[in-house]
Amino acid sequence: MKYWRVPLDVDEIQVTRGIVHIVEERCKGCGYCIAYCPRDVLEMSSKYNVKGYHPPVVKKPEACVNCHYCETICPDFAIYSVEAPPQEGDDGKHSASC
Amino acid sequence: MDKLKARSDHPLDALLRTDRIPHIWCSGCGIGTVFASCLVAMQTSGIDLNKTAMVSGIGCSGRGAGYIKLDSYHTTHGRAIPFATGMKLANPELNVVVFSGDGDLFAIGGNHFIHAARRNVELTVICVNNLNYGMTGGQAAATTPCMAKTPTTPLGNPETPFNLPLLAYASGASYVARWTILHTRDLTKSIEEALTRRGFSFIEVLAPCPTGYGRRNKEKPLDSLRLYQERTVIKNGADPSDVILDYQQGITLGKFIDHERPTFLDSYDKTCRINF
Amino acid sequence: MNAAVLTGEHFMTGDVACAEGALAAGCRFFGGYPITPATEIAERMADRLPCVGGIYIQMEDEIASMAAVLGASCAGVKSMTATSGPGFSLMMENLGLGLVTETPCVVVNVQRAGPSTGLPTLGAQGDMMQARWGSHGHYEIIALAPASPQEMFYHTIMAFNLSETYRLPVLVMADEVTGHLSEKVVIPEPGAIKLKNRPKAKGRKDRFKPFQAGPNGVAPMAIAGEGYGIHVTGLTHDERGYPVMTEGAQEEMMHRIVAKIRDNLDDIIQTESYRMDDAEIAIISYGVSSRSSLAAVDEAREQGIKAGLLRLITVWPFPEQLVNKLADRVRALVTVEINLGQIHLEVQRSAAGKVPVHLVGHTGGTVISPDTIVEKLREIRSTHG
Repeated sequence: MKYWRVPLDVDEIQVTRGIVHIVEERCKGCGYCIAYCPRDVLEMSSKYNVKGYHPPVVKKPEACVNCHYCETICPDFAIYSVEAPPQEGDDGKHSASC
Repeated sequence: MDKLKARSDHPLDALLRTDRIPHIWCSGCGIGTVFASCLVAMQTSGIDLNKTAMVSGIGCSGRGAGYIKLDSYHTTHGRAIPFATGMKLANPELNVVVFSGDGDLFAIGGNHFIHAARRNVELTVICVNNLNYGMTGGQAAATTPCMAKTPTTPLGNPETPFNLPLLAYASGASYVARWTILHTRDLTKSIEEALTRRGFSFIEVLAPCPTGYGRRNKEKPLDSLRLYQERTVIKNGADPSDVILDYQQGITLGKFIDHERPTFLDSYDKTCRINF
Repeated sequence: MNAAVLTGEHFMTGDVACAEGALAAGCRFFGGYPITPATEIAERMADRLPCVGGIYIQMEDEIASMAAVLGASCAGVKSMTATSGPGFSLMMENLGLGLVTETPCVVVNVQRAGPSTGLPTLGAQGDMMQARWGSHGHYEIIALAPASPQEMFYHTIMAFNLSETYRLPVLVMADEVTGHLSEKVVIPEPGAIKLKNRPKAKGRKDRFKPFQAGPNGVAPMAIAGEGYGIHVTGLTHDERGYPVMTEGAQEEMMHRIVAKIRDNLDDIIQTESYRMDDAEIAIISYGVSSRSSLAAVDEAREQGIKAGLLRLITVWPFPEQLVNKLADRVRALVTVEINLGQIHLEVQRSAAGKVPVHLVGHTGGTVISPDTIVEKLREIRSTHG
């Protein structure tokens, strides 16, 4: 993401990281979560679930910011995200170039 | 085992009858999204969920009551509002939410809608507007756009649809909003507000019906969402007579009315039960 | 002092007595719509309910009235509506919802002559089969037939008690004449009125099954807001209340809601016999027609005809066994009702060809005169000896 102006407090901003969970057997493959993920985290998987739909799969796990949009747009209660625990060596701070 | 664990971890599972999920709604149908927003709003609004009941009518959206793990009543076609009225008046402690569709609430149930709004009965009415009768196969409804193709309007719909927020406002509703399933945050916030407002609250939510409406009008689920993204404009506080719903000219979204006035029970107590 | 029970002797119409019966029975919600000749019930309720903490709401039509009554009952309040023919027709769909969701309530039909708008101000008993079969699908129903303002009072209480005991809408099938007739009505002390309440849900809330039959076949009822989180639907459902779209579930559910009535007929059915001990011709009648019949029995006896009267207090369920046994000991049966043969069909069926069954009836607009009945009795005696 590029900012037109680098915020002065950019070093202090903590961007939350999220982990996406997909409840595959509930998915009906509408693709809403994939199309409207602001960070382009998901893609359609090639596999079929028990109902014959293609559930989404996480393609860029590190990009998820735990915004929950996939969770709220999903008509099937089939996807949600939780906040990722801070990783070692990761203080949660991001540089403006990320 | 993993699957079972995953089920029980969805943040809405506590409010869902998970033994009935997956629900009956088709792939790409927007009802589930409106329903999820409603559940989230119920959780975050702070209302007592043990004192909350959902009432639905008939149709795809009418199945909503069947999936919520609270007291829930799936009534007859068009009659969710009068049923809910009886429930609310009999026990004012209850939060009564009507979750139903456009055909149910505005064609067969239209008379009940305007009267409940006029009386300002304290109900939260959420109308999933998918522009047609989905359950029976996509026939024209009181909300179907002019010239749209449905099995009962094969040459195009010759009729003009209702403007639901205008109808609600004119009838006396004290809270009126319109959103789409793409605007999940605004929608959830709006339902949350409606749940805590006194009086008759109405929220219209545009949702795709890919199987019934979309198929015949060359509108895939993601096309509908694109329309919701590109053709909508949010105008909070707009005059309800200006809030158009026209895929060519645009769709006005927002919270249009938020105005408290005495509820049915306020007036009844003041007028009739003064000596009780 | 109980404001809901007007203990004492009164001179009041059947409609007013009906409203007083409802109040004495604990009714605290009335959803209605004005219609002749039942309007006075709504008017009385509008006046009296707020004084006892209840609510009267005039709905936009009878469809909404019936829906509101069911909603109020599901929220735990005894509720009622009152109407006449055209309104009764509009209530039929939600009556079915009440039956299948097992929601207690009372529906009063002050019958007027139909079909359609008919004779709004004049009585009839033409909705008796509609009371039995008016909503779609198969079901059992309870219908009472008051014959006086005093009975309008008591039958309304009885209707509430039956509806609460067996968890279903109960019908009070009155008629314009009884509704508008003014007579002495004695209202007892509140303590002398026996009231019944629906079986209450008990036990663990997460395991409660809202449609699991109790000992008498009736499921205990959870009320909205009690924390049971029940689901109630007009769709065919299982014991949990969940929709199940199979013939098996339909069979199970239907048998249960039919059995709770059929297995308790002795408790539900009430009749009265008048001069039946040595009767050779038995009149079977109900409501206002049973009053004409009573007078006719006395007049016939004067003329040497051994007539008697079986008066139906519960018309539905029909006392089939009783009428069948009666057919063994009389020479003829006569149905007296203000229609062209509705309960008559039940009498014929129950008599099973053992004795001839005659009808005294007309299409409505006035009561049946005792003379017309006596004339029929004379004719029967000359034919059958």
